[in-house]
Amino acid sequence: MTMIASRAATAALVVMCGVAALALPHAARADEPIKIGFLSTFSGPQGQLGQELFDAFNLGLKSTGGTLGGRKVELIQGDDQAKPDVGRQVADKMIESDHVQILTGIVFSNVMLAAAKPTLDAGAFVFSINAGPSQYAGKLCHPHYFNESFQNDMLAEAMGIYLRENSVKRVYLMAPNYPAGKDFLAGLKRTYKGELAGEVYTAFGQLDYAAEIAQLRAADPGAVFFFYPGGMGINFVKQYAQAGLMDKVRLYGPSFSLDQTILPGIGDAAVGSFASTFWTEDFDNAASKKFVADFEAAYGRLPSTYASAAYDGARILDAALKAIGGRIEDKDAFQKALESVKFDSIRGHFKFNTNHYPIMDSYLSEVIKDAKGRPTLKRLELIKADQADSYAAECAMK
Amino acid sequence: MTTALLIEQGLNGLQLGVQLFLMAAGLTLVFGIMNMINLTHGSLFMVGAFLAATVLAHTGSFVLALVVAVPATALAGLVLEAAVLRRFYGRSHLDQVLVTFGLIMVINELTRMVWGNVPVPMALPQVLSGAVTIYPGVTYPSFRLAILAVGLLVALGLYVVVVHTRVGMWVRAGASDRAMASAMGVNVGLVFSLVFAAGAALAGLAGIMAGPISAVQVGMGEPVLILALVVTVIGGIGSIKGALIAAVLIGLADTFGRVLLPPALGSMIIFMMMAAILAWRPRGLFPVHG
Amino acid sequence: MTLAPAAPPRASSATLIGIAVLVVALALVPTVSQALGNPFLIKIATRIVIFAIAAVALNLVLGFGGLVSLCHAGLFGIGGYVLGIAAAQLDGEVSAALLPATGELAVVLPLAMAVAGLAAAVMGVIALRTSGAYFIMITLAFNQMLYYVFVALQQYGGEDGLQFNAALTLFGHPATGRVPFYYGCVAALALVLAGMQRLIASRFGVVLRASAQNERRLTALGIPPLPYKLAAFALSGAVAGLAGALFAASQSFISPSAMSWVQSGDLVVMCVLGGLAYVAGPVIGAGAFVALEAVLSGWSVHWQLAFGGFIIAVVVTLRGGLIDLVRIAARGGRAS
Repeated sequence: MTMIASRAATAALVVMCGVAALALPHAARADEPIKIGFLSTFSGPQGQLGQELFDAFNLGLKSTGGTLGGRKVELIQGDDQAKPDVGRQVADKMIESDHVQILTGIVFSNVMLAAAKPTLDAGAFVFSINAGPSQYAGKLCHPHYFNESFQNDMLAEAMGIYLRENSVKRVYLMAPNYPAGKDFLAGLKRTYKGELAGEVYTAFGQLDYAAEIAQLRAADPGAVFFFYPGGMGINFVKQYAQAGLMDKVRLYGPSFSLDQTILPGIGDAAVGSFASTFWTEDFDNAASKKFVADFEAAYGRLPSTYASAAYDGARILDAALKAIGGRIEDKDAFQKALESVKFDSIRGHFKFNTNHYPIMDSYLSEVIKDAKGRPTLKRLELIKADQADSYAAECAMK
Repeated sequence: MTTALLIEQGLNGLQLGVQLFLMAAGLTLVFGIMNMINLTHGSLFMVGAFLAATVLAHTGSFVLALVVAVPATALAGLVLEAAVLRRFYGRSHLDQVLVTFGLIMVINELTRMVWGNVPVPMALPQVLSGAVTIYPGVTYPSFRLAILAVGLLVALGLYVVVVHTRVGMWVRAGASDRAMASAMGVNVGLVFSLVFAAGAALAGLAGIMAGPISAVQVGMGEPVLILALVVTVIGGIGSIKGALIAAVLIGLADTFGRVLLPPALGSMIIFMMMAAILAWRPRGLFPVHG
Repeated sequence: MTLAPAAPPRASSATLIGIAVLVVALALVPTVSQALGNPFLIKIATRIVIFAIAAVALNLVLGFGGLVSLCHAGLFGIGGYVLGIAAAQLDGEVSAALLPATGELAVVLPLAMAVAGLAAAVMGVIALRTSGAYFIMITLAFNQMLYYVFVALQQYGGEDGLQFNAALTLFGHPATGRVPFYYGCVAALALVLAGMQRLIASRFGVVLRASAQNERRLTALGIPPLPYKLAAFALSGAVAGLAGALFAASQSFISPSAMSWVQSGDLVVMCVLGGLAYVAGPVIGAGAFVALEAVLSGWSVHWQLAFGGFIIAVVVTLRGGLIDLVRIAARGGRAS
């Protein structure tokens, strides 16, 4: 009796599922929102960066009408506290509990390295709008891993090209003693190739640079290349200016050391230093102008380069999903759509390399004061068009 | 290392030390007198910097920023003491650590809600924005010299107050024997509140002096707190003299360690020094209580 | 100057029943998780159980020995790296002269305990010369040194941490399945709790507790407290190392951020939050800490406000930690 009953029940269930499957073609699926896990650093001293990415990503979503490829979006926010193991745990939660289809938002490379693996293993997409570790550009490159911001070394390589081409002699290098710091200095050395006046690594999170600045002055360099993101950048540049060096030895850095996450905290002291970048606040294409105006209206501050990548990130997802009618469930189609995505980038133009990292134009920019007296980045010249990262050759995807 | 560089790095070490002393002085007083581990000392440092940056942004006067922010931080300390911390003087150190740990989180988030995530700018006072030549070939930022001067003045002031005034006598009496001091008519509760407020004012002052040379942002207090704790225990808990000497020692060791040692060792030098000193003198360089 | 109120002996049958209830409740998590269709519950429960083991280990010296150690995250990390390096050698990514290349837990876990225990013993010899707040700070110094050593070890990933793909086994059977691994962790916790309970009730435990209360009297009785404290510290370190190894195994990953001094502070908070006077107190503390962090951080970016408020509320209202609630409830139940 019971066996028959259960068999009947099973049969009924199978039939019902079959009917449901027939009755629910793709159109019905489109009613379900696309689930995106936004895992970023929201607490602690680096919490500013997560908020910057989140604000800009939301603005990007707003610009596409709150939908991606016509489908509603459910954004699930998570805080990695800048700790790799917490990042991995929250990524697990987003995949298993929230069933996210895309993981994005990660600020730090070490968090990315910890969180990307379980995400990719589970079949979801990793779409980085900031962290750009070399491992995923090279050996670990993956069909479902995309990075639309930059690879860590690229802006340093661009600055190295500029310094070499302009015969700047005896460059002095400074960075925090952690992986991204080493990536940036290695990137500069890869393209600069000239004599170095010094190469100094400081503790991560160091507050006072007086001792290092005294050594720097004694070495009498022709220029300084530095990479200090966040609060470290504010401390370093303030103290560098106070030591009276700003008009004696020029400061060069990637935009992460001199953009709107840092400049407001420094004030006028950074004016006259130079940054390599893929975007500045004064880009004159229509999309960029709209972005800056909308960002300022929404959040009452100027957007940073971090924000520019996050904003474009939402718009890339929208363009790729539009091309395939929102069918993110078709992973191969989504991957191909991303690889060949066409959209109106605020950077001017944009495309993905074979390793799913960007091919981008790198510019030189200078810190100036804008009409309202705020320090901003002004675009000066193109350093390298269609710059690709140095790890793509190690990637097996072609 | 040339003589000029040696002098400059020596000054850097001294200045860093004096800055740490401003933090450690309040910490060691509260710790030594009330037997209270107060981790919110770093939060008061942060509050002082934020308040001063705000006043400075609105008025443009660094002096006014000092005049407003130091008493305001002292007041914030008083409120904290009266509302929560007072009940923890008699509790175990662990309870004190836990409650102030919770308070750090709360104060950080409140600060973030009020001032936002973006670091707040804080300019140098105009008069002190330049650099002065103090030795042939050595120019030194005037503001850092000002920090040095303020720190040494505070050290002198504390010495005079604690050793030579009636208030200082109450403080010493309250610290060594609470019951006896009460019996002799000293209002121990009031003395404790005063000491706490003074410590808070010093933390605020340290934060204000740090503001123009570093990032004024949420969480800026914790790294400084750790260094100040290191200074406090190396000096001997409760000893102002010990705090001053330990602070200068740490400042010099850190400065020369960073310049002369490889980065991995440079980050560790302070902690290696603390471990060595405590292994040699388990109650710090200048133990107060017998 | 004692730092923690040393606990009176509490080896009553009620305590043992409490431990048994706790372990059984933890063992039911996979069933609940399956019923709710949320496999992530097991992962968060695994994290709770692992941190509970570390906190119980810390509480041996903290709650019963009156020694506030801030180097337990460092010891936890040593255990994690022993397992991580041993397993990563199977991937061929790294090599280590002193460690075998193996993913066999029956080999690696005891090894992790031995190395962490040895490190704790070495640090203890120096640190135990001090007491009170000086002990807190000297252990903080050791923690920072360990942290920077692993940040500097580029061959094991430095700040990026160490990932491994090798499959872990227990006596040759695959051990990384989510549910079996969780049961393994619960079993380890049960063993640790039972062991600690026996230890605390033994002569060793009596001397350790007495040393926290009145060292001078103990010395007068002809019992030098130092060997007992040192042994407790080394044992505590070894068990923290076990937790660290399980942590690395659970994530196939270990990084220096797991051994920062903040993590040491978190372990102390778990102990005090749960209650120092009971062997199982820290389990409750670890559960509350990890679960609250996971839930609150998903709600708002200002989650630390609520988290800090919760900690303050517990310290202000419950002198004995969260386990007091259990006691109050039990007493209330008996009275009615």
